[in-house]
Amino acid sequence: MNEYTMPIVFGVVVGTIGRMMMLRTDYRQYPTYLHGKIIHVALGFIAASLGAVAVPAIMEMNFTAVTFLTVAATQFREVRNMERNTLSEIDDFELVSRGKAYIEGIAISFESRNYLVILTAFVGTLFYLIWNVYMAIIGAIICLIISKVLQSGSTIKDLVDIEYAPPHFDGAGLYVDNIYIMNIGLPERQEEILKYGMGFVLIPKNLNVVNTIAHLGQRQAILHDVSVSLGVFRDSGTPALVPLIKRDLDDGRIAVFILPQIRDREKAIQIIGAVPVLETAIRMPSKSDVRNREAN
Amino acid sequence: MVIEKSVLAIITTNKEKVAGGAPIFICNDFDELQKVAANLEAIIDGIAHALSDELFIIVKH
Repeated sequence: MNEYTMPIVFGVVVGTIGRMMMLRTDYRQYPTYLHGKIIHVALGFIAASLGAVAVPAIMEMNFTAVTFLTVAATQFREVRNMERNTLSEIDDFELVSRGKAYIEGIAISFESRNYLVILTAFVGTLFYLIWNVYMAIIGAIICLIISKVLQSGSTIKDLVDIEYAPPHFDGAGLYVDNIYIMNIGLPERQEEILKYGMGFVLIPKNLNVVNTIAHLGQRQAILHDVSVSLGVFRDSGTPALVPLIKRDLDDGRIAVFILPQIRDREKAIQIIGAVPVLETAIRMPSKSDVRNREAN
Repeated sequence: MVIEKSVLAIITTNKEKVAGGAPIFICNDFDELQKVAANLEAIIDGIAHALSDELFIIVKH
């Protein structure tokens, strides 16, 4: 035991608690059970140790030791690769795939959460050494709150208004509202689709949003989330029963056509609304200088 | 180049209107056409699309 033992232990503990708080199994169904969680708690523990040990290293004027944080960065980039690989491998076996953009979004968040853990452990240990354990607890709690806030990005309902629009056929063409979805030839298939299908129209609230929700990865993410939460009426080898999202080229509205097993209109609207906006899909045309100059 | 979509079969009741590449199934009436299309759809995991009442195609997406 020396003067640094307790602060380091404190930092490691709050960091690991932080990782556990950010690790939740929800409708994204990932990570699911014990083994997936163990991996991430263990990595969170390593991240917390790195953050906690950095403080005494600086205080002992051992500045070169801080360069091991770069090792941490490499390590956690590896976490991102690992998540990406696992999810991409599994994606082929999903009835409605997540899509590459969604997978990338999940992988990014796994990496960034480890950095938040490092920050929490660093602040915890630093405050403990500078002041005392009570300040350290306060600092750690603030960090955990910040982590929680950073963890949740915006969702689809912030960007669009969602309206129910029953799917209908015009000849062989399937439409949701006035947006063409696909051509279904067989009358029995058409009956199935009218019986089980639901349609929703997403109306963008402003111009930035039009491009974001048009992103193919974002659209696939919506389909995946809805299918996970409400079930999906399809099997391998029934390509006609596939949920689809199509875009109205005139005004950028998006028509979502789904085949859920639980046909609850309100729930479906809530679930579509709760789909996270993928970081990779966000577009900000309003921040383009040239465009703004022309608009003025 | 990877061909992502292809016409796997053509089912028709009017043989005057079709020719060429994909296998063609000629049926006597609309009922038979539908049955053949439904079976083919199930067998080859494609989607039966209607181009008109007398012409269906099975497409692999």
